[in-house]
Amino acid sequence: MTSSYLVPLLKIVVILNAVLVSVTFMTLLERKVIAWVQVRLGPMRVGPYGSLQPIADAIKLLLKEDITPARADKWVFTLAPIVAMVPALIGFAVIPFDREASFFGYRVSLFVADINVGLLYLVSITSIGVYGIILAGYASNSKFPLLAGLRASAQLISYEIAITMMLVSIVVMAGTLSMVGIIDAQYNAHVWYMFVQPVAFVILFIGGLAETNRAPFDLPEAEQELTGGYHTEYSGMRFALFFLAEYANMIVVSSVATTLFVGGWLRPFPNVQWLGVLDYVPGWLWFLLKTFVFIYVFLWIRATLPRYRYDQLMRLGWKVLIPLGIANLIVTATLKVLF
Amino acid sequence: MLESIVFYTLATLIIGFGVLVVTTRNTVHCVLFLVANFLCVAMIYVLLAAEFLAIIQILVYAGGIVVLYLFVVMLVNLQRQPATAPGRRPQARAGFALAAVMLAELSAILVFSASHPASVAAAAPPAPSGMGNTTMVGLLLYSDYLVPFEVASMLLLVAMVGAIILARKDA
Repeated sequence: MTSSYLVPLLKIVVILNAVLVSVTFMTLLERKVIAWVQVRLGPMRVGPYGSLQPIADAIKLLLKEDITPARADKWVFTLAPIVAMVPALIGFAVIPFDREASFFGYRVSLFVADINVGLLYLVSITSIGVYGIILAGYASNSKFPLLAGLRASAQLISYEIAITMMLVSIVVMAGTLSMVGIIDAQYNAHVWYMFVQPVAFVILFIGGLAETNRAPFDLPEAEQELTGGYHTEYSGMRFALFFLAEYANMIVVSSVATTLFVGGWLRPFPNVQWLGVLDYVPGWLWFLLKTFVFIYVFLWIRATLPRYRYDQLMRLGWKVLIPLGIANLIVTATLKVLF
Repeated sequence: MLESIVFYTLATLIIGFGVLVVTTRNTVHCVLFLVANFLCVAMIYVLLAAEFLAIIQILVYAGGIVVLYLFVVMLVNLQRQPATAPGRRPQARAGFALAAVMLAELSAILVFSASHPASVAAAAPPAPSGMGNTTMVGLLLYSDYLVPFEVASMLLLVAMVGAIILARKDA
């Protein structure tokens, strides 16, 4: 009884809180990283080196007036931020942080569920997340959010195809759809899939940038063209929900990249005996470290690259990434059958 | 016990959302009820321990096809009231007729399976141990149901080629 209901419930509570706190502080990290790239200081006023800035932001957003435009579609307007946020959070259900860890003598697996369709589950959850953006654009009853919503959904659908092709290549390599199974397969193959599937790795990363609407693919939020994007009409906490969903999605994409390509919780060179000293670092810490590197690269790219034009974005998606994805899948499958 | 409670709740929700899909006037709301309907159907699949089918239901129907519906509905901006639209009566009659045929077929299957319990059990052999749901579906698709599978994929290919030809006005 306790092990089948209480333990998963505890894990869900811990993971949800950890995600929301890290998402809050990612806003600070982003502002700091961009500031350093641009030789500025970034937030410095609230707390030492601005470390309490996210809390001040959260309080401000909570206390702001909640405005619903007079001619908006009220139900859908309320529903949209929720629909955007929920998929971003339930994606964490299949992210494996570590195989096992012991707490007060109990051995507990550090993932909520290891279902045998884990990877497909993540893809389907992402496809549901699109609704939040489309509905926000529609319900605002205003032309800029509508245009941004259409842009965002077209972008998400296009890049989802390329990403799914890449994921299928990985599934062919590992022979399983389970996230834990894919990490085990990398352990048994004695190599991270980043080195076996470099094309898939790069395309997944580019696609991940597009999926999370991050620069240089942040066209749904191109403020010079669209004032603010699909959330222009939103204020206060509802606006914050869209923001939180975007950052939570960044963490999901980074964790998926960590799991599929750099061995998840495995330490570097997991099969080399004389590096056993690295085992003193627990697996979940390796996982978080690798995920953090990916998130940092996300921010770094935002500070470095200018935004794409919309037709360039679509051309890259349909004429470069998808054909490359199909070719990569065919080559992977052929080699898998031959050897 | 718990399973039947969940089943009847889901079944009620599915029928409720289905009725809302055809009775709501606002087209975007209709589409949203359709999504809710598909998600509940996916949960029924989970209840039947067919998790692969459930995920595909969400991915293809809720996440793919209905997003395209929403696109079309938002772009063409349907202001026309369905009640006053011309040519609705024959369509409605055809729809009712089709639904009646479907209902009759389903009841026939139900009656048949109730009187021949053995044949239904034989149609669905238990999955071999150690083989996941996904593996089973894959094996069946590429062995017993290879021809229907290929026919379906040809149909999709034809639809794709047709769409491209329609879109290319200059050719």
